[in-house]
Amino acid sequence: MSAARTGNASVVSHALKDALVAAIVAFGLFVLLLGFLIGDARGGMGLTKRPLLLASVVGIVFVGRFLISLLYYNAPALRVALAQAWAATLDFARQYKTALVLLVVAAAIGWIVFAPAQWPLVVMLLATLLVGITLGFSAAFLAFAILFPVAFYDNPYYLGIAIIVLTYVMLGWGLNIVVGLAGLLDLGYVAFYAVGAYSYAIIAQTYGWSFWACLPLAGLFAAFFGILLGFPVLRLRGDYLAIVTLAFGEIVRIVLLNWVSFTNGPNGIGSIPRASFFGIPFNAEDNGFAATFGLSFDPTHRTVFLFYLILVLALITNWVTLRLRKLPVGRAWEALREDEIAVRSLGINPTNTKLTAFAIGAMFGGFAGAFFATRQGFISPDSFTFPESALILAIVVLGGMGSQIGVAIAATVMTASFELFREFEQFRLVIFGFAMVGIMVWRPRGLISTREPTAYLKERKTISVEHVAEGRG
Amino acid sequence: MEYFLQQLINGLALGSIYGLVAIGYTMVYGIIGMINFAHGDIFMVGAFIALIAFLILIAIGITAVPLALFLVLLIAMLLTSLYGWAVERIAYRPLRGSFRLAPLISAIGMSIVLQNYVQLAQGARVKTLPPLVTGVHTLLDLGNRFVVQISNIQILIIVTTLALMTGFSWLVSSTSLGRDMRACEQDLKMAALLGVDTNRTISLTFLIGAALASVAGIMYLLYYGVIDFHIGFVAGVKAFTAAVLGGIGSLPGAMLGGLLIGLIETYWSAYFSVQYKDVAAFSILIIVLIFMPTGILGRPEVEKV
Amino acid sequence: MTNEPILSLNALTMRFGGLLAVDGLSFDAKRGDITALIGPNGAGKTTVFNCITGFYEPTSGSIRVTHDDGKAFALEKLPDFRIAQRVHVARTFQNIRLFAGMTALENLLVAQHNRLMRASGYTVFGLFGLPGYRAAEREAVDLARYWLEKTQLTDRADDPAGSLPYGAQRRLEIARAMCTRPVLLCLDEPAAGLNPRESDELNVLLRSIKHDTKTSLLLIEHDMNVVMEISDHVVVLDHGKKISEGTPEFIRNDPKVIAAYLGVDEDAVEEAEAEAGL
Repeated sequence: MSAARTGNASVVSHALKDALVAAIVAFGLFVLLLGFLIGDARGGMGLTKRPLLLASVVGIVFVGRFLISLLYYNAPALRVALAQAWAATLDFARQYKTALVLLVVAAAIGWIVFAPAQWPLVVMLLATLLVGITLGFSAAFLAFAILFPVAFYDNPYYLGIAIIVLTYVMLGWGLNIVVGLAGLLDLGYVAFYAVGAYSYAIIAQTYGWSFWACLPLAGLFAAFFGILLGFPVLRLRGDYLAIVTLAFGEIVRIVLLNWVSFTNGPNGIGSIPRASFFGIPFNAEDNGFAATFGLSFDPTHRTVFLFYLILVLALITNWVTLRLRKLPVGRAWEALREDEIAVRSLGINPTNTKLTAFAIGAMFGGFAGAFFATRQGFISPDSFTFPESALILAIVVLGGMGSQIGVAIAATVMTASFELFREFEQFRLVIFGFAMVGIMVWRPRGLISTREPTAYLKERKTISVEHVAEGRG
Repeated sequence: MEYFLQQLINGLALGSIYGLVAIGYTMVYGIIGMINFAHGDIFMVGAFIALIAFLILIAIGITAVPLALFLVLLIAMLLTSLYGWAVERIAYRPLRGSFRLAPLISAIGMSIVLQNYVQLAQGARVKTLPPLVTGVHTLLDLGNRFVVQISNIQILIIVTTLALMTGFSWLVSSTSLGRDMRACEQDLKMAALLGVDTNRTISLTFLIGAALASVAGIMYLLYYGVIDFHIGFVAGVKAFTAAVLGGIGSLPGAMLGGLLIGLIETYWSAYFSVQYKDVAAFSILIIVLIFMPTGILGRPEVEKV
Repeated sequence: MTNEPILSLNALTMRFGGLLAVDGLSFDAKRGDITALIGPNGAGKTTVFNCITGFYEPTSGSIRVTHDDGKAFALEKLPDFRIAQRVHVARTFQNIRLFAGMTALENLLVAQHNRLMRASGYTVFGLFGLPGYRAAEREAVDLARYWLEKTQLTDRADDPAGSLPYGAQRRLEIARAMCTRPVLLCLDEPAAGLNPRESDELNVLLRSIKHDTKTSLLLIEHDMNVVMEISDHVVVLDHGKKISEGTPEFIRNDPKVIAAYLGVDEDAVEEAEAEAGL
């Protein structure tokens, strides 16, 4: 590489060499799987040749690798230039802070003047920005969420995505208790989500209980399953724990799939009672929500209600987690993550500590499951497969284990982008997978990798990541 | 009794496939201490490559089964090991020495990539291969309805697995690469300090693991005749279960665990219910780990106070 | 007050596979004393500690702790955390085990877990911030502040434990153990790795624990400076057996002790422990 820096010609030739090697490897990788398609034109056995596809993919790899190599060999100069540009931008922003805010407000006014119909959106963005500048990031996030249905009332598609995002935020926060705080690796979290959903669906259908009566029960059942999982894994560490939790998740799914008399098997449970506004149904009848409040009937009412419902559930999860962290049980979780032997030497019961982590984490998963069931109106084992668990775990790890706001950002970015690119079905999954790899390479400890202390004597100092353990569980 | 013996043969054949995949998990875990979640999907890629290779050979007129098998084995091992190498290079090497969960997430990402790449490239529908290796031998015929049979394909699977295991054990115990691998397993940093090219050793470990998985893929393809892009996940989880059951990091453990999982699954399906065979396998795993937290042949973990 | 010794070992034996790490060891530690356990490397000292604090279950023999009120506990059958929780025996570790990612203050609050757990009504009252819990938490912070001052760590209270210098980490570990309000504190080589000044400060700290609290001390130590200066009673171990016992002056001149220290060199016990998987 040092030789490569001596001259442009050698840089180019080095990059060409890299690109050639990459192209040869790509050819080896793709020659059969992309070069041929199983099944011939008449749909019989045999093969269809795809030389053009193969050549173009190998070509893309060649060109891509060439460009990356060029950048890489010129990296030091590039990094300096980028750092300078960034510093200059920050300087500028600091110097003209007021002017920039005024500019944004002016732009917002201009936007409303030219597109009056979009005023809710503009107000939301503006409010988020102002709250963010004055009160900080978390408050901005909250303001954005609260105003979201106002701005996108006319866009049920976006509202739907927002509801999914918030569901994953809640699931991420729930799993964060187990993985982020207690340091216990759980690859089967979706099982508790499933238990919550099925508990709600079955109780609501069989006994006709309302959502609010079923919700605590769903949480309770899920917590019970959390303890059930907790017992066998108490002595296990690391990857043994990982595989047992994964197995547990699969067992739950297989039972749901095959216990037809109870769960209706692969066909799932349909026509689950939908959520009502504290007893007032969302329908066009005289006793419906719209009629009761003197509004004209609009199916969006229900969607908006569901949005605020999951927002409140997620915020409760967040509040409870933040409180628990400052209580002895939460501190014991974190201590367990740091050093289990030291925990035992201080007279803390490690069994109870682990079981409470599993139970409380599972309980929030159960709440989210009950919400999922009432939103969908239909559930089947297909919704509770391993990739769901992997996604939730990825959210927790990408967000930065233990960090509430990091998990919220990761959940938003991952699920929202995932839903928005739904048209590119398989492509988006390939890109999604690569993105997971990329983010891990970029930030192995997640987006927000600092830890906030739970108590302080003089000043609250954020703890940098190198001291914080991941837990061996 | 006949039924029991018949299931024993079926279970051994299935277990051999799991065992071959399990070796890949256990080797990687032994050396760099991570779960290579994408390994099951490497197995799936191997099966697809083998299927295409078979079809190409048929198209160009090579139909003699032994020759075709040999060529496919060669092609599939070569090209699949390239996938093993590429996965390590892209997703794991940049994370070497990083936090424990980062490579795990990266591996899950790679698994998603491989599954959907194959689905994109070859479509979601199941692919079939007409039976190439046919013929059965009757081992035991007591005159009543039950006979104990072993098919040629089962013989092929068991013999190939035995041969590969022998070869592989020799490689680990008697070659310089094997010595490097064992040194890396003991202590990666120390091995590097003593002049072992750890990057090369790890790359080769992934290569070999992928090659073994591709053989398992071929066997699966020949045995069942049907594959799709999804077989990697189930087989991967089972094989990983096998590796943990046998004691992760232990090569004989991986094979033993594979056979056990194969037998449990087969017997459970035969005597109880097919639907719950996976539940049986996973339950046994959980029960074994409760009593032997590091698997059957695993080294007891040192808990230094 | 009772006259029973705080700690009484009787024929304690610990066997790892073929190796006899502790062989029929008996000794008493008097209430309010500083008792030192010394011996060459591999003599079985840490194994004795691990038996007392429940990390190992002894092969045979008994370990008895008697509280001030005369209540006695048989430690050999209790699991580790119960010993700390019920019998109030605290310990430190040879290779420091702090909660590195938590602040010094948090480390000391974790140590008061059981008391705070009761005050928080097993989390329920605490969740809603009831006044009873808040008072208990204030009290816990006060105790932590007291020990931070004692160990000269007040300035570092809000720093992560993992960022403290080595000597400070050793002191913090002692402070953490003291926050469990122990009747017996077991210190595993507290002076290891300390410079002479820090070692002197440690002596002051340990003496003040002896005088100002009701905690008795048992320590393993290689630093003879520390042992001779502060201990009231010394027990010498070699190859798992007690070879001598008495005041520091007596031990200093005991020919058997001198022979053991000059004639032994191996780490046999630790190796065998590793082989036996412990």
